[in-house]
Amino acid sequence: MSGTYLGMPAFPKAATLSTRNTRMRANLTHATHTIRDKRAAAVRELPDWAQLRAAGAAVKDRTLRHLDHYLEQLEAAVTAAGGTVHWAADAREANRIVTSLVRATGETEVVKVKSMATQEIGLNAALEAAGIRAYETDLAELIVQLGDDLPSHILVPAIHRNRDEIRDIFRERMADWGRPAPEGLTEEPAVLAEAARLHLREKFLRAKVGISGANFMVADTGTLVVVESEGNGRMCLTLPETLISVVGIEKIVPTWQDLEVFLQLLPRSSTAERMNPYTSTWTGTTDGDGPRTFHLVLLDNGRTDTLADTVGRQALRCIRCSACLNVCPVYERAGGHAYGSAYPGPIGAILTPQLRGVTSELDASLPYASSLCGACYEVCPVAIDIPEVLVHLRERVVQGGETTIRGVRTRIRPAKGHAAERAAMRAARWALDHPAAMRTGQRLAARTRRFHPKRLPGPGRAWTASREMPTVPAESFRDWWQRERGGKVTR
Amino acid sequence: MRVALFVTCVNDTLYPGTGRAVVSLLERLGVTVDFPLEQSCCGQAQFNTGYRHETEPLVHRFGRAFEGYDHIVTPSGSCAAMVRDNYPRMAAKAAAEGRGGTLTRVAESVVPRTYELTEFLVDVLGVTDVGAYYPHTVTYHPTCHGLRMLGLGDKPRRLLGAVEGLELIDLPGAEECCGFGGTFAVKNEAVSAAMGADKARNITATGASAVCTVDNSCQMHIGGTLARLGSSVRPVHIAEILASTKEAPL
Repeated sequence: MSGTYLGMPAFPKAATLSTRNTRMRANLTHATHTIRDKRAAAVRELPDWAQLRAAGAAVKDRTLRHLDHYLEQLEAAVTAAGGTVHWAADAREANRIVTSLVRATGETEVVKVKSMATQEIGLNAALEAAGIRAYETDLAELIVQLGDDLPSHILVPAIHRNRDEIRDIFRERMADWGRPAPEGLTEEPAVLAEAARLHLREKFLRAKVGISGANFMVADTGTLVVVESEGNGRMCLTLPETLISVVGIEKIVPTWQDLEVFLQLLPRSSTAERMNPYTSTWTGTTDGDGPRTFHLVLLDNGRTDTLADTVGRQALRCIRCSACLNVCPVYERAGGHAYGSAYPGPIGAILTPQLRGVTSELDASLPYASSLCGACYEVCPVAIDIPEVLVHLRERVVQGGETTIRGVRTRIRPAKGHAAERAAMRAARWALDHPAAMRTGQRLAARTRRFHPKRLPGPGRAWTASREMPTVPAESFRDWWQRERGGKVTR
Repeated sequence: MRVALFVTCVNDTLYPGTGRAVVSLLERLGVTVDFPLEQSCCGQAQFNTGYRHETEPLVHRFGRAFEGYDHIVTPSGSCAAMVRDNYPRMAAKAAAEGRGGTLTRVAESVVPRTYELTEFLVDVLGVTDVGAYYPHTVTYHPTCHGLRMLGLGDKPRRLLGAVEGLELIDLPGAEECCGFGGTFAVKNEAVSAAMGADKARNITATGASAVCTVDNSCQMHIGGTLARLGSSVRPVHIAEILASTKEAPL
């Protein structure tokens, strides 16, 4: 695994491999079950959780409905506070803007706050190509970066690693990136954290440029907000001379009063904390306090297209808490890398096919990466009905239809590779719409039941690989009813 | 009270015993049961796989089959959830495409009258003790659509708790999906099987002799997995337990 999601296989193929990775599965089961139980306890403490959740969804929906207005309000406020606002239609444009801003400082190193938007656009690779080294300073992102790995979770990017693996990565790779790991490094969490602290400290003190995302942007004051646990974010946001923040356009809330709702919803849903340890807010620049130069890069990258879809747009409410990942039985067994994007788990399965489209085999497979059990919807703090959007996107994959691509209403064709399934669905629908035919089939199956094979060929093999076939009964319910109750013969 | 049984295509074809159990249970409780022969399938597998247009004729058929009944009762949480949650959604989408008419009428007429069996017993008939007898240890797996889409809550467990002779054993990780998920079971076979194996392990660990659900489609996956793993735990639909009596035991 190395720093790109490009060219990864479709979800079922990748997930098949990860289900066999017993160590990763043990790590994931342990981690997700621990955090899901803690979240449930943290949420239970609040008697008004249901109202908070409804308020969160309502604030997001209202903001998204008037996004054009709030974005312009934000731009004006940030500019008035001494910041510079840039607009990026896609990943390439965002990377180009950030790269040129860093180049203009003359620096070749940047420190980074954990940021989903910069993972989404592959900023580190773009900077690397321009001769600029980006240092991840979040502990889990550091583990991923040192391990030449990819994040597999939104909140805990190295969730697939256990402490023994982390110790080995620190021992072997820290020296390549700066201060080496101390002699005699053990797998004790406090020892590992201390090694990371020493390694990162010299980066914080040296860096002239910081790069961040933001959890929220308050439109009426132009304030950005980063919520974190480790304090690395505070370092990156205050010590450098130049701060560049790359933020998705959907991260806006209108006022501080709206922000209050999310500062309750987010920590309890993500880390199961009543309040996160560090909440940093900044408004443009302030003389003698923090960065002297501030750039805000507002990222679209498929969000406006997503907003045009009346069912799918609810995905833009997402506040990246990871609660859906932590309760998802599919994520737990497939692992985050199988989702092939910065956004794994249930939210990734509805966000990625909207941001990137459903043209690649991987992206078209994501809406199917769910048993539709609904656990994700139940815990989502902004009430995103993920199963509803999954089914909606499955329809886009197999039926095609109208969607918006770069602002233009476009009729897309059904994805390739579903011809046999479509034929089977049509045949099944025909039989089910002709009960007489269905009954003939039932009787034929009943009469031949002694000869049914235990293992099926073709697509049926996927069932019998791990499960016995049900035994076909001698008589269908329909036949029993008519024999016993003498109902009318159906048309 | 005129009640129509929507047996579901899976029960009709593979688990007729569940349909017969519903008939005998409801008749024992004084309900007249009819089985409209025009019925076939709610269309859930098609709809959930993305074939909404292919599903629409089945919704029309459902509407025709169950016209005029006071209550439509089905021994399946997920088929009831399909009707109640997804028929209105399909109607809204069709309306947005300028052809809402019949689907909207079907959705409006059947949604308030369609009940999963345990809801019908507890909410409509107002009974929890149905006079059943089943002298076995049972663990209960709440299937996802019944649990989360219908909000069945503890209704099935209350019904099981009142069965004479039945010892109900808590299932660890009960609310985790078994991994069936319709076409998910074959499209993502490896993950589905891994989920099924964990569910089977939890079921076996209870030491119960039977595992009970309100959905035979999930049960087909759970039972098939248990059988493949060599377990002797018996998958039983709740209707069959509730229909079982001292005079006519299951």
